[in-house]
Amino acid sequence: MSESSILQRASLGAWLEAMGRAGQRVLAPVREADRVVFATPSAPDQIATGFVQTPASAKAVVFPPYDEMLRFRANGEDVHVEEPSIAAEPTVLFGVRPCDAASFATLRAVFTWDSPDAWFEARMASLTVISVSCTQCDEYCFCTSVGGGPGSTQGSDILLTPLDDRRWLAEVLTEKGQAAAALAPQLFAPANGEAANKEKVLAHVPVRFEAKEFAQWLPSLFDRTDVWKEQSLRCLGCGACAFVCPTCSCFDIQDERVRDQGTRLRCWDSCGFRLFTLHASGHNPRHVQSERWRQRVMHKFSYQPERLGVTGCVGCGRCSRACPVDMNLGEHVRMLSEMSV
Amino acid sequence: MTTFATAPSASQRRNLYTPHKMRIVKATDEAPAVRTFQLQFVDAEVAARFSFQAGQFGEYSVYGEGESTFCIASSPTRKGYIECTFRQAGRVTSALADRQEGDIIGFRGPYGNTFPVEHWEGKKILFIAGGIALPPVRCVIWNVLDLRDRYQDVSIIYGARTVADLVYKHELADWDQRSDVNLWVTVDPGGQTPEWTGKVGFVPAIVEEVKPRPADTIAVLCGPPIMIKLTLPVLAKLGFAPEQIYTTLENRMKCGVGKCGRCNVGKLFVCKDGPVFTLAQLNELPPEY
Repeated sequence: MSESSILQRASLGAWLEAMGRAGQRVLAPVREADRVVFATPSAPDQIATGFVQTPASAKAVVFPPYDEMLRFRANGEDVHVEEPSIAAEPTVLFGVRPCDAASFATLRAVFTWDSPDAWFEARMASLTVISVSCTQCDEYCFCTSVGGGPGSTQGSDILLTPLDDRRWLAEVLTEKGQAAAALAPQLFAPANGEAANKEKVLAHVPVRFEAKEFAQWLPSLFDRTDVWKEQSLRCLGCGACAFVCPTCSCFDIQDERVRDQGTRLRCWDSCGFRLFTLHASGHNPRHVQSERWRQRVMHKFSYQPERLGVTGCVGCGRCSRACPVDMNLGEHVRMLSEMSV
Repeated sequence: MTTFATAPSASQRRNLYTPHKMRIVKATDEAPAVRTFQLQFVDAEVAARFSFQAGQFGEYSVYGEGESTFCIASSPTRKGYIECTFRQAGRVTSALADRQEGDIIGFRGPYGNTFPVEHWEGKKILFIAGGIALPPVRCVIWNVLDLRDRYQDVSIIYGARTVADLVYKHELADWDQRSDVNLWVTVDPGGQTPEWTGKVGFVPAIVEEVKPRPADTIAVLCGPPIMIKLTLPVLAKLGFAPEQIYTTLENRMKCGVGKCGRCNVGKLFVCKDGPVFTLAQLNELPPEY
């Protein structure tokens, strides 16, 4: 389905306006104080450029930090229950990195492998992903180790690659991408062989390990308690890694109540928290932090590939940038992968 | 040209996490802080559609407090209601314990796999349970006893810390009276009362004393981790193979449908692939349960 064309950067405003007129909510990287966050830009020049990665991923678009699942009101001995609408707002996610676009496949695997999750499906169905290739990376990036790349088209409906300061190469990849481009067809000019220049502008992200190969024998490292301990001795169990991760999808279900009214919320959670697996009896299957670190690595690089056919990591490096004690997932996994059996 | 949003499918409109309303028709205090609720669906249509099998579990909720995971403690042979037995331990179970007969609570399920009781027909069944782990076993006990002629000997070894902590005391008395059930009830040393006529000793020691024979036998074992850990070597010594020993895991859960991640053990989800496992299956897993 891939069709390449050229889009002038100066036309972005006209294109975004057309999306707005078509009833789309547009989310894009926008500078907010010293950070870049996903928000609706008030003007196209608000859209941030020149950053390597946003601190938080865009997963909240399909899996919000707090999701209202039910509302209820006490009604004598009975209770009145209301189900929030499952309809999702048509949304264009503009300017995510290829690693983020790839992360939706992992989320989709978790939320739909069995008993499909209604909110997730509705939000995915109404989401159009327009990503921008990476022309720079930093020491935390390792997309090329987990099957991705700075110009990878996985998960994108349209991929834009900046050829120079003025022009993007636009690869329209899906039907949703075609629909988005068709909102302003006059802005897209034939690529005339420019597609060949894509590779030249992409960042060089070194390959640290081969995730697919690593998945085969990672289970054999399960009993290397010494290694898991050494890697996680400084882990605070704060969960920052999971909260910024584009593929972490573990959640909690909690009720909030004020007098006789309440809501049931689905909230982000983390396998790094002690409470995550704590039984009511006090028994905890993963009672020390090194076991929780091992679970994090095993789940992403062995269990999810084996069970769901997806790697639970896209190499965006956010966990390592966010870690207050400088744990580095890419480096830790590289070290594990070099412990050849 | 296609449009942006595609029409939602049936699954896209169904909220997986909406509980069915159930009315508490009977509440029984079993032991200190342990209660049993007998529950019936408020909606007759839901009641008519509902069925479950031995070993399955559900998410029980108090609206405004949250959900807790318990097995269905009644037998699928008893139609028209389900029962759950729980110990008051945290926010949800404390709120549940405050509910009275006539009150409405939420239930979603049944979830998980089942004890293959049909495959066990013609065999001897040995139940071994400790403390608050009798409820998931009780479901299977009644399932087998309600179809008694399909099975050979039925033996039950049950222990608790103290006499007061024994649950289903009326049913224990009932099973004790039956000539077609072999029952041994024990309490931990120091947990007996002057009137206690049952055994005194830890469950593994009682199993060693009873010496059940492995031939043509299925063992259903459920209890606190320490009891399981010390009973397994006894069963192995008696000649039980890992394929003959069944248990049900009690990993912490939230969603019950393979998404929230907390019951993940190795590549398995206890809520989808379990909670019922043979020891042979557990031996293949990381020891994180």
